Amino acid sequence: MFAFIISRVLQALPVMLTVALISFAMFAYVGDPVAIMLGQDYTQAQRDALIQDLGLDQPFFVQFGTFLWNALHGEFGMSYRLSRPVLDLIAERAPATLELALTAAFLALLVGVPMGIYTGLYRNSWLSRFFLTFSLIGVSLPTFLIGILLILCFSVWLGWLPSFGRGDTVQLGWWSTGFLTVSGLKALILPSITLGLFQMTLIMRLVRAEMLEVLRTDYIKFARARGLSNRAINFGHALKNTLVPVITITGLQLGAIIAFAIVTETVFQWPGMGLLFIQSVGAADIPVMAAYLILIAALFVTINLIVDLLYFAVDPRLRVGGAKGGH
Amino acid sequence: MRRLGLAAAAALLALGLASPGAEARTVRWATSGDPNTMDPHSQNVGTVTMVLQQIYDYLIARNADLSLRPGLALSWEQVEPTRWRFTLRQGVTFHEGQAFNADDVVFSITRAQQPTSNYGIYVDTVDRAVKVDEFTVDVITKVPDPILPNKFASVAMMSKGWAEAHNATRPQNTRQREEMFTVRNANGTGAFRLVSREPDVRTVLRRNDAWWGWAPENNPPATPPGNVTEIVFRPISSDATRVAALLSGEIDFVLDPPLQDLNRLRQAGSIRVLEGPEVRTIFIAMDVKRDQLLYSDVRDRNPLKDLRVRQALYHAIDIQAINRTTMRGQSIVTGTFFPPQVNGYSQAEDVRLPYDQARARALLAEAGYPNGFGITLDCPNNRYINDEQICQAIAAMWTRIGVRTSVKAQPLGPFFAQIQRDDTSIYLLGWGVPTLDALYSFQSLLATRNGAQGDGIWNYGGYSNPRMDELVQRMKTQSGEARMQAIHEALRIYREDVPHIPLHHQMIPWAMRSNITIPHAANNQPYFRWMVVN
Repeated sequence: MFAFIISRVLQALPVMLTVALISFAMFAYVGDPVAIMLGQDYTQAQRDALIQDLGLDQPFFVQFGTFLWNALHGEFGMSYRLSRPVLDLIAERAPATLELALTAAFLALLVGVPMGIYTGLYRNSWLSRFFLTFSLIGVSLPTFLIGILLILCFSVWLGWLPSFGRGDTVQLGWWSTGFLTVSGLKALILPSITLGLFQMTLIMRLVRAEMLEVLRTDYIKFARARGLSNRAINFGHALKNTLVPVITITGLQLGAIIAFAIVTETVFQWPGMGLLFIQSVGAADIPVMAAYLILIAALFVTINLIVDLLYFAVDPRLRVGGAKGGH
Repeated sequence: MRRLGLAAAAALLALGLASPGAEARTVRWATSGDPNTMDPHSQNVGTVTMVLQQIYDYLIARNADLSLRPGLALSWEQVEPTRWRFTLRQGVTFHEGQAFNADDVVFSITRAQQPTSNYGIYVDTVDRAVKVDEFTVDVITKVPDPILPNKFASVAMMSKGWAEAHNATRPQNTRQREEMFTVRNANGTGAFRLVSREPDVRTVLRRNDAWWGWAPENNPPATPPGNVTEIVFRPISSDATRVAALLSGEIDFVLDPPLQDLNRLRQAGSIRVLEGPEVRTIFIAMDVKRDQLLYSDVRDRNPLKDLRVRQALYHAIDIQAINRTTMRGQSIVTGTFFPPQVNGYSQAEDVRLPYDQARARALLAEAGYPNGFGITLDCPNNRYINDEQICQAIAAMWTRIGVRTSVKAQPLGPFFAQIQRDDTSIYLLGWGVPTLDALYSFQSLLATRNGAQGDGIWNYGGYSNPRMDELVQRMKTQSGEARMQAIHEALRIYREDVPHIPLHHQMIPWAMRSNITIPHAANNQPYFRWMVVN
């Protein structure tokens, strides 16, 4: 088990390095931070001095090396745009993104799994057909459109929910939470539906397909022959065995939800990391972009590791295989 | 009994709702961008100044029509050619209690002169500021500067003691590894004080009742003091969401409503759209320097060096069609490169070459391009109103006379990076004039680039005309009628030389709930001091 974790962490390092390198190489194409920082009026001398200050006159690999060295020391530099330490910015924005992502994932599971089970068990009921049609919308409509439609419906026409922002937040140490105020909870509803809709329909379809698959297997037939109740078969035997892929997908999707909350955050002006990233791209704010991309890479690596460990817990075959010394 | 209690509570509640009281007039304001800093001498961009000018005062203030009026200086006078004398207002205090005096003025001007300040253009001629007495300051300039007051209307006054106490005597340096105090804190003498600041989320300002400017006699008759007590600024970057928030009543005032939604906003009963011109002119500039264009299929020569080709491209543009269709009427067609609000404007020189395709073709043939040529038009796609659509329309018009034009539209980051490397053949640019004086436009866009502050730094076409350079130098030092003559001659050269093809001045609509009135300002700065909420 321990060796397994170590090997996974070692595998993660080159991944992170590659992400850092690729993202760094891309920054050359997002625009010139110097031009943006200097504004409309400057002299060539001011421009040269700034380029030197930022180290942009150095060769690419020297810049990259300096960046890595600083990053290893936990030093991600100052945001060009906001003149504040990058880590402070990210720490400030992380709670908003994480709360939104967790709510969206929770919503997706809470609604998606039961819908999947239902449509798997009652394939031909009209409700199942409705769910399936509905899920097509979730899969096919782009996120920003769903967001705008929800805003139009619930903010502009009905006036029930706020169209943007996070509402009032409460500060718990460095963590700002919107869970503890009414306006915070109201503000969470539309963005989390927007963000979670795709995942919800994905989970529903996955659970349904797995349920159909499992219900056809011999051991379910045998269980029926033994005279077990439907309830025991469906939930005790069938559902449990559908969960392995669901765990994988949910885990990976959680990473995706955090990383790709960008669109939802932009539509709802949700003050999270995604919005920070988009605004940094607009200003060619390289330190923030670099730190964000590395953070997201680290997040995916960690989630993958956790998913692997969960496999260990759920699927006995993996444990047996590991004990025998690999396959 | 219980019912009675409920009824009483309801009555109380109704009472509370019915009379919000004279003191609580909050206006919730949104734009797409958030100010990046609260430091008044760091970043010279509209999103920063639109908030800071509510908090800080300037020696010289502006009326809503952008003319000058006394601010923290009661009067100013050019006592010698290189010496301006400012007499300061007495009894003014900063929001945190410090008394305002000459030391603060000297300090603020010196601070704006630091290399880390982006406000260098407003103090470029300043040699030093000298305290004469507690309420008199002399500004010594390197050369006679007739338009110093125009520039000083943009230099904010900070408290020397406050800045020193917070280790903020110069604007943020990029080498610095820590956040400076002024990035999120402000202490001005202005109409509103900064109460809280969460970058990208919310900035709250509250009325400074002690402000000298609330006295009716300190306001121009056209704009009596307003009644806003609190400003809650919320940036909303998504256009659709910003409009939705205005329609749903979560926002009262939007500085930059998207053009495509204006009709819808006008039709919504509770919204008012206020339209006015902006001090920003959109034009096409081009490479008139290289012997061969970078992005063209003409090999051995540069067609744009030929005046007839430039005139042909000008004649080919149906500007009325662009105004009607692309801009939906929201532009002011022009034949020059700054609008009437700018000092030096001349109606006589604001004349376009007429739209005339036959003439355009004839000129092209005369110049030796009977079959036209191919060229790439560089264009931003998120900087000016409908910038990419304008380029598309122009490309079609040019193609019609045989100049096969492809549009390369990019976001402003890569676009500006590219043109600032001189890596372009012809491009669309918009130009605002923060000093409201013609010198700024001539100097930046048409002077030969020579390394001096400001000269030709945005002249990416490489236009160079010795006479123009001479006139620019005269604009820098001369005053009165001689200066005006220099400007008008330069405008005539601009019209004859066609270094640019001018298109239009932008209009900027503001949208607000109909219970709000505010004077429209062509510098796109909302003056909340004059906002009235009914």
